[in-house]
Amino acid sequence: MAVGNVAAAAANVRPSRSAASGMSDLAIRNLFIIPTVAFLIVFNIFPLLYSLGYSFTDYRASLNEPANFIGLQNYRELLADPFIWTNFAITAKYVIVSVGGQMIVGFGLAMLLNRSFRFKGLVTTLLLLPMMLSMAVVGLFWKLLYDPSWGIVNYVLAPLGLGHLDWLADPNLALYAVAITDIWMWAPFVMLLSLAGLSAVPQHLYEAAAIDRAGWWFTFTRITLPLVTPLLLIALIFRTMEAFKTFDLAFIMSGLNETELISKRLYQMAFREWQTGKSCAFAYIVLIVVVAITNIYIKYLNKAKER
Amino acid sequence: MVSRTWTCLFGGVAFATAGLASLPAAAQELTIFWAEWDPANYLQELVNEYTAETGVTVTVQTTPWPDFQTKAFAEFNAHGDAYDMVVGDSQWLGAGSTGGHYVDLTGFFNEHDLGNVMAPATVEYYAEYPKGAGKYWAIPLEGDAVGWAYRKDWFEDPAEMAAFKDKYGYDLAVPETFAQLRDIAEFFHRPDESRYGVAIYTQTDYDALAMGFENSLFSYGGDLGDYATYQVDGIINSDEAIAALELYKELYGLTPPNWSNAFFQEGNQAITENLAAMSMNYFAFFPALVNSATNPNADVTGFFANPKGPGGEQFAALGGQGISIVSYSSNQEESLKFLEWFIRDDVQKRWAELGGYTCSAKVLASDEFRSATPYNEAFYQTMFIVKDFWATPEYAELLIQLNKRISNYVQSGQGTAKEALDGLAADWKATFEKYDRY
Repeated sequence: MAVGNVAAAAANVRPSRSAASGMSDLAIRNLFIIPTVAFLIVFNIFPLLYSLGYSFTDYRASLNEPANFIGLQNYRELLADPFIWTNFAITAKYVIVSVGGQMIVGFGLAMLLNRSFRFKGLVTTLLLLPMMLSMAVVGLFWKLLYDPSWGIVNYVLAPLGLGHLDWLADPNLALYAVAITDIWMWAPFVMLLSLAGLSAVPQHLYEAAAIDRAGWWFTFTRITLPLVTPLLLIALIFRTMEAFKTFDLAFIMSGLNETELISKRLYQMAFREWQTGKSCAFAYIVLIVVVAITNIYIKYLNKAKER
Repeated sequence: MVSRTWTCLFGGVAFATAGLASLPAAAQELTIFWAEWDPANYLQELVNEYTAETGVTVTVQTTPWPDFQTKAFAEFNAHGDAYDMVVGDSQWLGAGSTGGHYVDLTGFFNEHDLGNVMAPATVEYYAEYPKGAGKYWAIPLEGDAVGWAYRKDWFEDPAEMAAFKDKYGYDLAVPETFAQLRDIAEFFHRPDESRYGVAIYTQTDYDALAMGFENSLFSYGGDLGDYATYQVDGIINSDEAIAALELYKELYGLTPPNWSNAFFQEGNQAITENLAAMSMNYFAFFPALVNSATNPNADVTGFFANPKGPGGEQFAALGGQGISIVSYSSNQEESLKFLEWFIRDDVQKRWAELGGYTCSAKVLASDEFRSATPYNEAFYQTMFIVKDFWATPEYAELLIQLNKRISNYVQSGQGTAKEALDGLAADWKATFEKYDRY
């Protein structure tokens, strides 16, 4: 009798149902998890492994010829190519300027917005608009702003004696011009995450600091910054990964070699030269670099969380 | 009962299917792939007449220029049959033929004696691969080459003419040599007046910078290399080539601001927006300059052929394309019928009337064609002095290497012309060695 009660109870429990949706675990697995895993396997994991195989071949998609195994030759050639190292150096410079700028501007804006004032919601929404635009539109839009003859950037800089800068044609300026555009577009993303972090700082900490007559700098460095750091690091990880992969802006805005980021070179190698095997190897080198940088950040993120 | 119903149903379907199969083939559809520009619109108008004549619907599908090569080869690589014919760039011949993407049209070519029907340069560069092998992969469709537009009103202004003669000691007129072109560009280069000397190609996305540089290179007596032996060292970095590159850089210094990424659109804008005295562009883009709806300076815009170099040689960079049948198309027979129609004299004449640059030697040489527009005479003369880029399967690698080396020198101001071209010769030699060309 007791056994029968337990079985009946178990029958009532299985299959368990989500209280909110009324769907069984089985249905959730079949409807959501299996398609997602299948999608990941077909569109992410399989191409990833397939392209890894190609990276060890001389395969060219433009020719009707089979792929020949050439071992590490593609990797050796790429790592010995001075142009590729130049592309990496340009990309590193771009990432430092662009992400550094986004962090400073984004966090600064968040500090300014982290108080009560009229139309705060409207101002915040307006500041978020750039990141909602398409990269291509932003690139074309800023090309006009940078026009040396009638662009607004030079018009604004004219009183400072800087009204004749040829932003996108000057090899010394072009990369910075693209980075400034990226900062304009993505600083709001950092601002959003920073604002979330700032609003989560317990007010009683500030009250205690005020009672102890702590100065602004002391409060900022000892309370605000440490508590916001984990979110800032998350923003840093996302923005670094994205900046490292930047293609659209540089492709649209400038044709100079000084703006040839690795993604742009990878695109040329894969889809202009049709060096399929070599471009797969290049993509893997880029992947390894991005994963390595991200791991360093994550290590710091974990340390920051432990504090 | 149920069984009988199903039998009747299947029988009906089978009968209907057999009936449909025995009907004469329905009117076919053909798709031609080309870049997005005015000549593609003219071609669509032309093929509409083929549709009216035969009932076969022909669609000219286009994509923007920077995407053209990528999209075409992505389809070829997938062995897709989305396009029956492609109006491919002359440089594609090597990759298209050796890659098995183009149908061999040698039989068709010889049967219709197209080697004599079409202008010699168009046969050599748009159709034949390898050069001199007598194998043909395309029918010359759109002839094109680089020419120049200039501001007649600036050139003919008496005050400007007097000032020019005072400064340079000869009359201000259409330049016959690159030295004169440089002088005129320098004379009109007045940034304080927002007026500049010359507009040239500088874009490195595809072949713009290469085609621009070729104009001075070829006329200076230089060359890209020996297309038969693949020798490049001593040719692309010869003294003539170095002098030509130095001139190109000098011209770049006389362009409007923000001119590091300029191609055909910017070339025409230089004239329509009063920016430059002279502008390099393909003849195919000149119709917009004689149309007052698109060029407020249409009445005062003139045209001339690429000038001579210091040794008196005169060449120009070739543009234009031939039409090839895609080997993955299931409509190859119908495509051949279309090409038979296209090469007819009356159709070639009509093609020219619509605005296309016919490659038919007879139509090109006719007075009617040569006087049809202000630039047709310059085009006709240019088509006898054209040279083209490498058409080997690895041309895209060669092009990117050239863009990198030349752009480093011209736009970025790094190193000397000799260093740039020595580097290019080394790059190209390594590329040819990689593909066992020696």
